[in-house]
Amino acid sequence: MKNERITLAHGSGGSATRDLIADLFASCFANPFLDRLEDAALLARPEGGVALTTDSYVITPLVFPGGDIGKLAVCGTVNDLWMMGAEPRFLTAGFIIEEGLDYAILDSVVKSMAREAAAQNVLVVTGDTKVVGALGSSGGQAAAGQTATGGLFINTCGLGSRVFQGVSAEKSLGREHLREGDAVLVSGVLGNHQACILSRRLGIENGIASDCAGLGGMVRALLREGVRVKLMRDITRGGLATVLNEIVRDDLGIRLEEREIPVDGEVEAFCGLLGLDLLYMANEGKFVCVVENRDVTRALAILHQNELGTRAAVVGHVTARNQGEPGVLLMTRLGGIRVVDVLYGEGLPRIC
Amino acid sequence: MCIALPGKLLEIDVTGLVGKVDFQGNTISVMLGAVDAVPGDYVLVHAGCAIEVVEQDVAQDLMSLFAELEAAYAEDEKSSAGDDPESDRESLFPLFQGDAPS
Amino acid sequence: MIDQSRIRDIVAELGGYSGEPLRFMEICGTHTSSIFRHGIRDLLGNSIHLISGPGCPVCVTPAVYIDRALAWARRPGCVVLSFGDMMKVPGSEGESLGQAQGNGARVQIIYAPHEVLTMAGNSPETTFVVAAVGFETTIPSYALLVQEAGRLGLSNIRLLTALKRLIPALHFICRNETDISGYLAPGHVSAILGSEVYIPLAEKYHRPFTVAGFHGEQILVAIFDLMRQCRGKRAEVHNFYPEAVKAEGNLKAQAVIDSCFEPGVAAWRGLGSIEESGFYLKEELREFDGGSFGIEDTTPENPACRCAQVVVGRVAPDECPWFGSVCTPLNPKGPCMVSGEGSCGIWYRYRVPQGTALRR
Repeated sequence: MKNERITLAHGSGGSATRDLIADLFASCFANPFLDRLEDAALLARPEGGVALTTDSYVITPLVFPGGDIGKLAVCGTVNDLWMMGAEPRFLTAGFIIEEGLDYAILDSVVKSMAREAAAQNVLVVTGDTKVVGALGSSGGQAAAGQTATGGLFINTCGLGSRVFQGVSAEKSLGREHLREGDAVLVSGVLGNHQACILSRRLGIENGIASDCAGLGGMVRALLREGVRVKLMRDITRGGLATVLNEIVRDDLGIRLEEREIPVDGEVEAFCGLLGLDLLYMANEGKFVCVVENRDVTRALAILHQNELGTRAAVVGHVTARNQGEPGVLLMTRLGGIRVVDVLYGEGLPRIC
Repeated sequence: MCIALPGKLLEIDVTGLVGKVDFQGNTISVMLGAVDAVPGDYVLVHAGCAIEVVEQDVAQDLMSLFAELEAAYAEDEKSSAGDDPESDRESLFPLFQGDAPS
Repeated sequence: MIDQSRIRDIVAELGGYSGEPLRFMEICGTHTSSIFRHGIRDLLGNSIHLISGPGCPVCVTPAVYIDRALAWARRPGCVVLSFGDMMKVPGSEGESLGQAQGNGARVQIIYAPHEVLTMAGNSPETTFVVAAVGFETTIPSYALLVQEAGRLGLSNIRLLTALKRLIPALHFICRNETDISGYLAPGHVSAILGSEVYIPLAEKYHRPFTVAGFHGEQILVAIFDLMRQCRGKRAEVHNFYPEAVKAEGNLKAQAVIDSCFEPGVAAWRGLGSIEESGFYLKEELREFDGGSFGIEDTTPENPACRCAQVVVGRVAPDECPWFGSVCTPLNPKGPCMVSGEGSCGIWYRYRVPQGTALRR
């Protein structure tokens, strides 16, 4: 493509659109399903039923240490499938491009997306592109006094086959299987993604990279080895605190041990600097996993063998919960106790 | 009312007004006009402004500071067992009214 | 710095304290936040109560101030720059800066006031209005900003100030709230002002003041010290944050403040107007002022909202009938619920309700 920026013509459906699809999307994502360039991909029905999920990706900056919006759009959707014990097979990709986007950026994002899809062993089988006039916000923060253009939003839909069955007769993972005493594990250090993104926006220099990654390797190993996994959730926006509040039940809560929660020193200092709470920091390559307590040593060993899971840790346990009691409690380093509630509003840097 | 963290001053720019401060790997640009600091100092930073130079040695000394206080309080307990709990208050805490020990 | 076995001893002694009931006020909202984040209240015996004081600049800023910031944000060619804390506070019409931003007003979050220098230099046609709230800790950064803006000849920067001085407010509280046994003095305001500033207060009102850092351990040690002071009937000023707080404070920072700001009457949400408790740009620097004078606490008091009493520690947040039902962090009615540092917001997020079985 010779043009340097995406214009409305690229979304008109005319020759510029055709060129963009042929030169970029079709060539990067090439596979027998997509190559036909039909209105829909025709797929064979996988054994064991399917899992279907969708997610939209909006992030500023588009490219950041540890990844970009393309890698994110693959990993995020693939991880959602893995969390249900399903092996990701196919992705759809919808691109909404704000006019003015650098062609080079789009090119690098799509290539990164294709690379990640290959790494995660999924095929992008159908897609769509729209170009919109400048929205003026690029989905994030524009510098004051200037109108941002050139944003990019990606939606992916993922289809997976349910290769792994759950622990119960109903054969699905879920919070209905939780029992008092189950162990709560996280797959690694928390907060790196949000710390990375906020650092870029605020001009803070550090070596923090996003943890954006596919979780398939760890999940596959856990399930294949027969670890009695009750449920899994990827820890994304809202952080560990929000995820745990979503999985507790009226009769079962979770008690966390502050000292067990893994974090990099650099991220911890970053949180301290901006007054942010690590438990609410977003991640893009971490998951929480509840397992039967008798399997906890084995589960940890399996996670530790994976390069993404070297800092995996048991951070707490499932506890009985009486009516009116908070769902998630944290035992602090000092031996005190506090409630861990969901995130209220946006995690904003504060001075006080 | 005020979140502040100590960080190490790495360098000062040519104006002398702004410097780079490191917080365990996070480097930010900090206003230096309210302190007398040189590179290598630890400064306490609030809202992008250094508000004081941190005396590292004194931080180490908190233990001994505390030990002395304990001794004084032990006296307190003893005298409160007697008749006048406020007897020799004057001399007990020369350290704590004023400056930190060096 | 403080070894863990000593901390365990202190926790044991505080937990076992059963003497005369003690009420300590932590003046600073960052202390309140740290106390809850570390679960320190649960480590204290039933006879030691911690009261959260007025040291949250957002909570004590009157609604009229937000109205003025909103007016700037809606004006063409203007951008309001604010710390994240202020974004959710409703003005007298109920709209916050965050909501106004959603409705097209120009508001941007900053981490450090000096970020405005680059913005103002890059966009000379835009007026940048800094929502300048804070206590003595934050004021030097505004002073340096004004000095630098003057040096660079930037005429498109305004400060809409609601700056507060701690000591006059403390006199007000000591005078009116006589059942508080001792004060946990704010570490970072003290870094600027020094530990000696509390001596006249300690002597006049016969209450102990202990300056504390912000780690859980530092706070525990300071509470322990206040307990021991009270037991020994002492009313002294102890500095338990000597690495950051000198007796005389940071003289250079004080001079920087005095070069740009002068004291004046200020309105505190909940406390009313207190003489000499505010800082305003000096006359020769008024070109930088964004209309900060004459802000009064005219918010009509809703009788159900108890923020005014919460701010001075007269009632605990959960004693307010609105707490947790009508008033929550997602739909805050009073300023104490709005701010991440407000007592109500902190209680709502972190407090373990009574009766929760602490299965260990």
